Amino acid sequence: MRLLYFAWVKEKVGVAAEEIDPPAGVATIAELIDWLKARGPEFENAFARSEVIRAAIDKRHVRHDASIAAAREIAFFPPVTGG
Amino acid sequence: MIRVQQEDFDIGAEIARLRAGRTDIGAIVSFTGSVRDQSGEVTDMTLEHYPGMTEAELQRIEAEAQARWPLQASLIVHRFGALMPGDNIVLVVTASEHRDAAFDAAKFLMDYLKTGAPFWKRETGPGGARWVEASAHDEASAARWTKTEARC
Repeated sequence: MRLLYFAWVKEKVGVAAEEIDPPAGVATIAELIDWLKARGPEFENAFARSEVIRAAIDKRHVRHDASIAAAREIAFFPPVTGG
Repeated sequence: MIRVQQEDFDIGAEIARLRAGRTDIGAIVSFTGSVRDQSGEVTDMTLEHYPGMTEAELQRIEAEAQARWPLQASLIVHRFGALMPGDNIVLVVTASEHRDAAFDAAKFLMDYLKTGAPFWKRETGPGGARWVEASAHDEASAARWTKTEARC
């Protein structure tokens, strides 16, 4: 699946997008965040306050308990500040 | 109709286009949001967004407004990219037979856009650049429209 990062999440992880293939046990957004945090200090730092991170699956807002089973594209970003 | 664009918009021209050839519209409400410099703290701003999701969210929000109020027309224009203090950021226009629907729908569109549309503001000032933090006030404003529906 494809991961996208925006705003300060992108700055902290150091990339805008990447392809990942998480293990089968990673079933939800929350579990994906835990898996990402174990990949290195930049991910640990970006997702340190994971409760403030927002997520979208295939361009729709989802909660952290959402299943990622059918996801093609998952995005992580801070609370939005447009308008 | 929704548009996401880098270039500026002309408020008068947008309203004229929306009402062109129509005689059934009784009320038009427009809201314009612009880049605000709070006492010399902002020299410029960059608006990042999530192409594809931004359009999808704005369409979803507009469809919800049209389902809730008897709107005859609506328009959301949101800019992205590099902006300066005083520049336009967002335009919302609603048209209906009577003013209440147009006023309420315009506020609803802005409240939902503020908490749902994937835009992020990065301000630059004398002290450097910083990402603008989301406001609890915006969340509370959006929550007022939903008593039963879960927002995330």
